[in-house]
Amino acid sequence: MFYREAGQFKTSYKADQAIFTITQDKFFVGAFLIIAFGVVPFFIDDYWANAILIHVLVYALAGLGLNILTGYCGQVSLGTGGFMAVGAYASYKLTTSFPELNFIIVLLLSGGVTACVGMFFGLPSLRIKGFYLAVATLAAQFFLVWLFNKVGWFFNYSPTGMIVSPPREVFGFLITGPEASPAVRYLFCLSVVTVFALAAKNIVRGRIGRSWMAIRDMDIAAELIGIRPLEAKLSAFAVSSFYVGVAGALYFNVWLGTAEPTEAFDIFQSFFVLFIVIIGGLGSILGSFLGAAFMVLVPITLKTIMVDGMGFAVGAAKHVEVMLLGSLIIFFLIVEPHGLARLWQILKEKLRRWPFPY
Amino acid sequence: MRLKLLTKALAVAAVAMPLTTAVADAAELTIPGTIYRTGPYAPNGIPWANGIADYYAMLNERDGGIEGTKINYVECETAYNTKQGVECYENTKGVGSGALVYQPMSTGITYQLIPKATEDKIPVFSMGYGRTSAANGKVFPYVFNMPATYWDQASVFVKYAGEKEGGMDKLKGKKIALVYHNSAYGKEPIRTLEELSKKHGFDLMLLAVDHPGQEQKATWLQIRRERPDWVFMWGWGVMNQVAIKEASSIRYPMDHFIGVWWSGSENDVTPAGEDAHGYLSATFHASGDNFRAHDDIKKFVYDKGKGHGDRDRIGEVLYNRGVVAAMWTSEAIRNAMRIHNTKTPTSEQVRDGFESLNVDAKRLAVLGLEGFTYPIQVTCENHTGPGKVALQQWDAKKGEWSLVTDFYSSDRDVIDKLIADDSMAYAKENNITPRTCN
Repeated sequence: MFYREAGQFKTSYKADQAIFTITQDKFFVGAFLIIAFGVVPFFIDDYWANAILIHVLVYALAGLGLNILTGYCGQVSLGTGGFMAVGAYASYKLTTSFPELNFIIVLLLSGGVTACVGMFFGLPSLRIKGFYLAVATLAAQFFLVWLFNKVGWFFNYSPTGMIVSPPREVFGFLITGPEASPAVRYLFCLSVVTVFALAAKNIVRGRIGRSWMAIRDMDIAAELIGIRPLEAKLSAFAVSSFYVGVAGALYFNVWLGTAEPTEAFDIFQSFFVLFIVIIGGLGSILGSFLGAAFMVLVPITLKTIMVDGMGFAVGAAKHVEVMLLGSLIIFFLIVEPHGLARLWQILKEKLRRWPFPY
Repeated sequence: MRLKLLTKALAVAAVAMPLTTAVADAAELTIPGTIYRTGPYAPNGIPWANGIADYYAMLNERDGGIEGTKINYVECETAYNTKQGVECYENTKGVGSGALVYQPMSTGITYQLIPKATEDKIPVFSMGYGRTSAANGKVFPYVFNMPATYWDQASVFVKYAGEKEGGMDKLKGKKIALVYHNSAYGKEPIRTLEELSKKHGFDLMLLAVDHPGQEQKATWLQIRRERPDWVFMWGWGVMNQVAIKEASSIRYPMDHFIGVWWSGSENDVTPAGEDAHGYLSATFHASGDNFRAHDDIKKFVYDKGKGHGDRDRIGEVLYNRGVVAAMWTSEAIRNAMRIHNTKTPTSEQVRDGFESLNVDAKRLAVLGLEGFTYPIQVTCENHTGPGKVALQQWDAKKGEWSLVTDFYSSDRDVIDKLIADDSMAYAKENNITPRTCN
């Protein structure tokens, strides 16, 4: 009954190539964006911005980046934390060395720096595959964190090795530092993530995305039909690292404000983003958002229910929360191994046939 | 079956809901505690958190709070993780009439909160941890790190080593190793020790140990090879126990091995057994439970079954650290009430209470903590106070810590300059104009 595309005819190539071909989808996404951009900023407070919305947005962007590499091109990476660190430190060095540089340019440049680093660490992917590549990217993770912890130039020789994001403006609005209003920071993150998600959706539908997917599905066959593995794999590493770098820069500048390499960008960061991609759905843009929302919101929700609602002691609640989160992850992966995005697709099918399924 | 479970859960929630909301009505003092009873640093976090919670509970039970206003102590679990600390801060800062003071209990979370809490006008009390240069009250009006800092400790350790060697000039050519937690916390003393090594002419050996610190074979192999005359340690959690065990396995003399005050609790030395005998660590308060305040905690909290931990662990080093933290915090709030003549101070008023805090020996006696710690006085310029440090030694046979030195003062010439440099660099980077104190 819902989501029935009967009666919707495509009469032009343009309509056929649209991102959302069904009217209901268009309506749904449009309404979502209107609420996110037009309504939420009026009600947002520090808690919603810092603990929930910016948190989800930053991880969604990192998830998008990893999804391009792992979901679309099939290259497993455990270096996400390290690449986020590259983005964060590049933005820190750029913004402290050139304070008058517009923050959007800083963001894009740090993405560019990360893309170069990502391509460098992606070089072994031409010779090694699967688990072996995961180990090679793991090396990137440990090397990069070690580098930012060791070399004083990266943290401007601060005595503790911590970096602190200085206050910066975009179009006259403060977006970093403690004085920035939650609504502005949220809107900034939302705009960046929206633009990048739209770009990602179009890249993966185009020639480049198709060549990635061909490599993912069978690299020898892809080579035989004329796709250069070097080009396809390195471009996947570059685009993915660009996204992850921008996510790292937002993570450090807009969300946390301070960072310490060994804690903020440790190996758990890499696993966290990988979980987002796996739970959300490999090879799905929507999946990155659903996965990020799941991984960020479920622990907070569980904690709120147990501590504020049921009066658990905080320590006990934490132990239960970890166990419940683990079981939920296993539950969702058993119910739908292809992730939450696939679950949404199935739901759409069901809605279409409801109430007369066959 | 499923329905039954659901109704049960709903019933539990329905019963619990009014309980939690009812508490928030009366006038009260909201003090959040970003504690950690889980995660890799839980063994040390638990006694610390219990000490704080029990002291506030005792005040509530015995005196009805501070000057008659009940304390609402709100715990939030961070697992020593900065990101969860952000959530905790945002979640607790609006509880009741607003949080009055934060004790982050982690260097990472302290760094994270310094700009935010300053903006929200809530004082941060990082007792002997966090950002050392926050001692400069002109740049960090909302941050207090009394009674002493990591840099004070580094300097006192060198002083003690010099004394044992027979004079500071005898340190020339000696070798001192620093075994540190490879994080912002562990790196704090490096710059001070570098300055002091230039001044006194000793060689400094830096040995980093990565989080969480279970793997230290290589570190101690290096110490065995190079045989430094002294080993200083900046460790936390499991790293401490492992280091002390490793030191004993290479037969390193324990009385030349000094830990920071986060590396000197019962948890850290007991796993090494007899071998840990003679290990030294810094402290700024006594251990043990033979104080009147501890008796009151037992009488008013544990006898009523409201204790947060085990009764026989009252008086452990980290438990007492919680007690002293809660004591200074409540004294600051009391001071704020006195200055502003109110029973319900705001967080800004509590900040004033911290800034003119003066807990002398007489006041300590009134509080039932005679000789528990040294008197402190905080001023507008100096948010650290006296900066004194004593060393305690572990007696493995008796199973207790005892103070072996007086409270030393640190080398102010070196440290004041470092504090000024670092705080001014922070002010410049963040466009802060230092305020004037008069």
